[in-house]
Amino acid sequence: MALLEVRDLSVVFRRKGTAPFTAVDGVSFDVEPGRTVGLVGESGSGKSVTALAIMGLLPGRGREVRGSVRFESVDLLTLNDRQLRDRRGRDLAMVFQDPLSSLNPVIPIGLQITEVLERHRGMPRKQARVEAADLLNRVGIPDPRRRLSEYPHQLSGGMRQRALIAIAVACRPRLLIADEPTTALDVTIQAQILALLSELVKSTDTALIMITHDLGVVAGLCDEVNVMYGGRVVERAERHALFNASRHPYTHGLLASIPRLDAPRGEKLVPIRGSVADNIPWEHACAFAPRCPNALDRCRQVRPELVPDYGGMLRCHNPVGPLMAAEQGVSR
Amino acid sequence: MTGPKLMRRKADRIDELAGSGGTSLAADAVRRMLRSPVAITGAVITVLFVLLAILSPFLAPKNPFIPYDALKNTLRPDSIPGPMPGFVLGSDQNGYDFFSRLLVGSQQTLIVGVCATLIGVFFGMVIGGLAGAFGGWVDTLLMRFTDILLAIPSLLLAISIAALFSHGTQWTVIVAVAVVSVPIFARLLRGAMLAQRASDHVLAATALGVRRRTIVFRHMLPNSMGPVIVQATLTLATSIIDAAALSFLGLGDSDPSRAEWGLMLGRSQDYLDVKPELAFYPAIAIILVALGFTLLGESLREALDPKNRR
Repeated sequence: MALLEVRDLSVVFRRKGTAPFTAVDGVSFDVEPGRTVGLVGESGSGKSVTALAIMGLLPGRGREVRGSVRFESVDLLTLNDRQLRDRRGRDLAMVFQDPLSSLNPVIPIGLQITEVLERHRGMPRKQARVEAADLLNRVGIPDPRRRLSEYPHQLSGGMRQRALIAIAVACRPRLLIADEPTTALDVTIQAQILALLSELVKSTDTALIMITHDLGVVAGLCDEVNVMYGGRVVERAERHALFNASRHPYTHGLLASIPRLDAPRGEKLVPIRGSVADNIPWEHACAFAPRCPNALDRCRQVRPELVPDYGGMLRCHNPVGPLMAAEQGVSR
Repeated sequence: MTGPKLMRRKADRIDELAGSGGTSLAADAVRRMLRSPVAITGAVITVLFVLLAILSPFLAPKNPFIPYDALKNTLRPDSIPGPMPGFVLGSDQNGYDFFSRLLVGSQQTLIVGVCATLIGVFFGMVIGGLAGAFGGWVDTLLMRFTDILLAIPSLLLAISIAALFSHGTQWTVIVAVAVVSVPIFARLLRGAMLAQRASDHVLAATALGVRRRTIVFRHMLPNSMGPVIVQATLTLATSIIDAAALSFLGLGDSDPSRAEWGLMLGRSQDYLDVKPELAFYPAIAIILVALGFTLLGESLREALDPKNRR
């Protein structure tokens, strides 16, 4: 049995005066200990909402969450606020996108780490401070004792994200969710943060859900990738399979739109035409059909289901053939 | 046993001297204020006023609370004695030493202003804090209540409250002025707390399983205090003016020997043609003090404004 089993997770936002919006639409996936699972997709594909739903952090009013999120065989969706608070930070933790706004600006970094240690591990303040310095050291912050008394605005962007990771792993959670942890950082720091995450995850056998729109991050970190579109998983594959022979036209488009160093000079990037605004409802069609180069008439009449395909899963009526992918030189 | 502790304290001090220790936002704001002439002007006026209030009993050349025969004997309905030897500004309408009363008046004025503001801040924060921390129906209920208070013109509300007390004392004025400022603080804190509730760092703290109580007191409240502190400084100015207005209207302390600028101003109105200084000096004093607090408050607002942060 997997550490985390997400089954048919749906999130619908209802507001008076507007049509209900289905942000996540029947998403299922498993996460095993020590594995890194990627959730990939563009803005609005439902990846962040999926993460917030797992953590039980969606705003209280006007939302409807269905399905189940079984963590160590307990359905997190059935827990009350108090039970969830006991688990958050201890069993499952989250690293957010913007490290500056995710830290409290008016209290020192040290207190933000010891707070979690005191809460979940019952440490006295002094012992927690020693442990906090140790944690900062482990995430690669030099001179950790001094940093403990500093405020978030005094740290560099990379250091803030390291501190945030230190806070998240303080209680050795078994599941870590990273929501675009490198988006706000520059490229060299991105690589360092990713290396740190992967090292932490491997050394402690933690499961990691990596939410990103950056396929470079996926290539470097994830064991398994779920490509999301319009609130649904459209393709699931092991990392190598995805990069070697992506099957879904959307994944294929994402990969084709990445700039390449070995491309001839002056060659234009290939974008995916249209935007998320062109989506049609999943009910009796494929949401991606209006933007899809491979779209058939059937794609606008029948909803494709997620079915096993070459060792992965695929939701498409007219996938890109493995041969075609190789011809276009998308393989790596 | 004190060895390592001492060592650590020493290390902390070295860090501070090296400028590498933690500097809080407050320290940042103070540094920015020290560079602003407006802030310094406001601070100087405020400090002088507070010093005067504390030291006035020793500075006053005469006893401000008893009439002097030398003054009383020269009082006529159409003339109040001006400066004379020993009495710098001469007599007031009752034969008291005007100058001494003016000095000592600062004390009562400060007490009224500070007490009214503190009471207003306290109840405003309780109401706004509860509304912001709980939201939902608690928020709706408390905010409709403050809306009612806000809907009544502030001076009218203060007068009505002061009029509820049959026998005016200093506390009548303080309570009346405080009640008027409660809804302002309540709204300010509630708004700031609601903004904090939706902030990323509160979400992050929630994602770490931090207790609700801790989130409210450690993460939401301290981050919401900026506007309240600024408003409190500005309210000190308006409280003093409002208190003076109530005293002027005769709703203040009924004890004639009480020296307070608003009272002095109010009681001098029958003698404007005889000795206009009786109104002039307390009025100037009130204006100066209100100006000092306002300048200080405005520059504090600027210093705490995140848009000005480098």
